[in-house]
Amino acid sequence: MTAAVRSRPSLRFRGRSFHAMVLAPEAPVSAWFDDLDEWIKRSPGFFLGRPVVLDVTGLNLSRSALGDLLQEFSARSIRIMGLEGAELSGHDLQMPPVLRGGRRENVIDLFANDDTQSAIHVNGQAAGTDTHEAEAAGALLIDTPVRSGQSIMHLEGDVIVVGSVASGAEIIAGGSIHIYGSLRGRAIAGASGRKSRIFCRKFEAELLSIDGFYMTADAVEPHLIGRSVQVWLDGDRLMVAVQE
Amino acid sequence: MAKVLVVTSGKGGVGKTTSSAALGTALAQTGQRVVVVDFDVGLRNLDLVMGAERRVVFDLINVVQGEAKLVQALIRDKRLDNLSLLPASQTRDKEALTEEGVGKVIEELREKFDWIVCDSPAGIERGATLAMRYADLAVVVANPEVSSVRDSDRIIGLLDSKTFKAERGEPLEKYLLLTRYDAARAERNEMLAVEDVLEILSIPLLGIIPESEEILKASNVGTPVTLNNPSCAPARAYQEAARRLNGEMVSVSVPREKKGGFLGKLFGRRAA
Repeated sequence: MTAAVRSRPSLRFRGRSFHAMVLAPEAPVSAWFDDLDEWIKRSPGFFLGRPVVLDVTGLNLSRSALGDLLQEFSARSIRIMGLEGAELSGHDLQMPPVLRGGRRENVIDLFANDDTQSAIHVNGQAAGTDTHEAEAAGALLIDTPVRSGQSIMHLEGDVIVVGSVASGAEIIAGGSIHIYGSLRGRAIAGASGRKSRIFCRKFEAELLSIDGFYMTADAVEPHLIGRSVQVWLDGDRLMVAVQE
Repeated sequence: MAKVLVVTSGKGGVGKTTSSAALGTALAQTGQRVVVVDFDVGLRNLDLVMGAERRVVFDLINVVQGEAKLVQALIRDKRLDNLSLLPASQTRDKEALTEEGVGKVIEELREKFDWIVCDSPAGIERGATLAMRYADLAVVVANPEVSSVRDSDRIIGLLDSKTFKAERGEPLEKYLLLTRYDAARAERNEMLAVEDVLEILSIPLLGIIPESEEILKASNVGTPVTLNNPSCAPARAYQEAARRLNGEMVSVSVPREKKGGFLGKLFGRRAA
């Protein structure tokens, strides 16, 4: 059985993380550009359509020097989507925004990731099914009960709870939420992706939300209470179905 | 090795003070040295339940702030000389308690006693967090009723994160004491069932204390129920809980409504 609930329209802000390649020019910059030109000559089109972030940490550039540096990149058809390590004082609104809090990734992993991800998308389309978003970046496993008043926030992936989530507790996940126990609190999934789902073994939730669409316990069909269910988003409706 | 036991619940009025007094007394009745510490600064009650309200001179705050020595503040019980009370102050407030001060008092008590029973105030503020701060084990008191159970769940979360033991990554033993259990109402499904409470809180059961007028009677005469009428049902339940705290294996029995009257005798037993 499936029960659908109309959600309220609202203005929604979403957070999402993407992979970008980071270029970090080294002093002397002219020699570094010579190397870059060599590279572009060997693999033309390498930078085409790739998001690139410029890391200028340690270069201590003035505003005009930074402007010149950006000119050099645009002359080579490399589009810079953000600056890392730049001082806000040496920055103006014409320049790409300053980024902070980036995490280091292996460059090889980055490209490998690209390939697997596209492969999964192709498979999904071929099979005509709705694939789960392959954001396998570290699920969070919790093997103790989540107590009332506790809030678990994990925006980088799925949250798996081996135990129950108490009334008054909440789980906020970037991906899906899997609860191998009773869900009596709040489950807020899909903070960064609408294909996320919520699974629980015993459904007594206070509030469910996927990608900003939410429903409260009041709106849940009574026959679903206490059952093992999964919750997903269909358009702008939250669907709850019993799973056997 | 002394053990620090905190009796806590989150919600008020569920029976923390009654249980602290009854468990402390029951532990003392097994011959161990016990002190019961009242952390409910500003709303002290433990001295009344223990019948020591007319002998309070110094209190926990005086000791924490160095205004009195510990031995001056401890009140020895008149009935059991291995049982003592460290009363709370009625005039000060909980802000007068400091973490280091409480730590020092607990350290000193550890040298003199086998059990240090800390009676926590209701709520999750300073008094309650300091009462649980140095605990080795916790007794979570709950009534079979939804708001009490949810508050207890919150307290268990705090026990797992805010205690000294938890911060060092050591497991903190937690036990559930279900109080004010009314067998008749449970049979009419007017209360949460014992299994439901255990399922929600998922901690081991220390005991079930039946709702009884004996508790009120004992409070009114200022004698813990385990001393006032040791053979009544709640007193026996507390004694069994104390034996479990001592590591004995005693099975927990769920109180049942006594079948009375003519029909009760007629249909008292169901045929196999």
